[in-house]
Amino acid sequence: MENILECKALRKAFPDCVALDSIDLSINKGKVVGLLGPNGSGKSTLIKLINGLMTPTGGDVLIDNMEPGIETKRIISYLPERTYLNDWMKVKDILTYFKDFYNDFDLIRAKDMMNKLSINENDRLKTMSKGTKEKVQLILVMSRDASLYLLDEPIGGVDPATRDYILDTIIGNYNENATVIIATHLISDVEKILDDVIFINKGKIELVSTVDDIREKENKSVDALFREVFKC
Amino acid sequence: MSWILDDNRPIYIQLVEQIQMMIITGFYPLESKLPSVRDMASEASVNPNTMQRAFAQLEAEGLLYSDRTKGRFVTKDKEKIMKIKNELAISDTKNYIKKMKELGCDKNQIENLIDAAMKEEQ
Repeated sequence: MENILECKALRKAFPDCVALDSIDLSINKGKVVGLLGPNGSGKSTLIKLINGLMTPTGGDVLIDNMEPGIETKRIISYLPERTYLNDWMKVKDILTYFKDFYNDFDLIRAKDMMNKLSINENDRLKTMSKGTKEKVQLILVMSRDASLYLLDEPIGGVDPATRDYILDTIIGNYNENATVIIATHLISDVEKILDDVIFINKGKIELVSTVDDIREKENKSVDALFREVFKC
Repeated sequence: MSWILDDNRPIYIQLVEQIQMMIITGFYPLESKLPSVRDMASEASVNPNTMQRAFAQLEAEGLLYSDRTKGRFVTKDKEKIMKIKNELAISDTKNYIKKMKELGCDKNQIENLIDAAMKEEQ
């Protein structure tokens, strides 16, 4: 199977800390992967290196065999942990903005999802609750026909019912050749929709496995294993 | 129909068991067509690859077969379904007996309990 993402001896160091060290990783096309780790383990740093928001201190990161750049941004759809959208914008402005910006943006799909979650297109971002803002952003990101979706904490601020809808949206909207990487610590919520999990801790990879392998070998859920591995 | 998945066992195995039940109970009758992998996955809120794996196992067991162009169907083989139904019934009965023995019930007591419960059902 072809890899959509490859990291070789990837390293990112800041003046007073090493955020990631000797990361070797291959992720296949068509997978939903959970990037799981405690706070400050390096999840967001890894995601930022993949989409070119940071440059590595050492090693390589390749997306579909390309180094991060204009071509890779074309095929990556990224949900950051914090919003970058201007909060005076109305939903309909943002939709036009995305349509204009990305060739692969599916306006009809986006409008349909906004409807289902009862988000009014004439509402401004700044009048919305934290959870609603998150929904809007996730809809924007999942409405692109990307090859790689990078979702940094996509369900942190939304209620459990919406969480289910969002997870259904994620598995319902990616096509068979696309890969979704979800960085989160809400493991029990995402576990059912994942193929593979990557445990990351203190900048290093601790474990790469499929969800069902963990359940088969350990007789416990990924969530339970995580609590055991990262016990404080 | 609802999908209930517990936390500790492999997801695909639980999907296999539940689809088996849907076939045995006639929710999906003989020779009927199943929804696509994607639709089933979405209904069960699981990853499509996991649903695919469950389907592959059911095909290997002979409960399902797929036609390249038309989709995926429940077997025509009634015996096959009866056989799996039997296996399930035997294994559930054994589990029940094991549990009752753990509680300290003997054969007589178990039979009485079953009789009483059956009467209550009617």
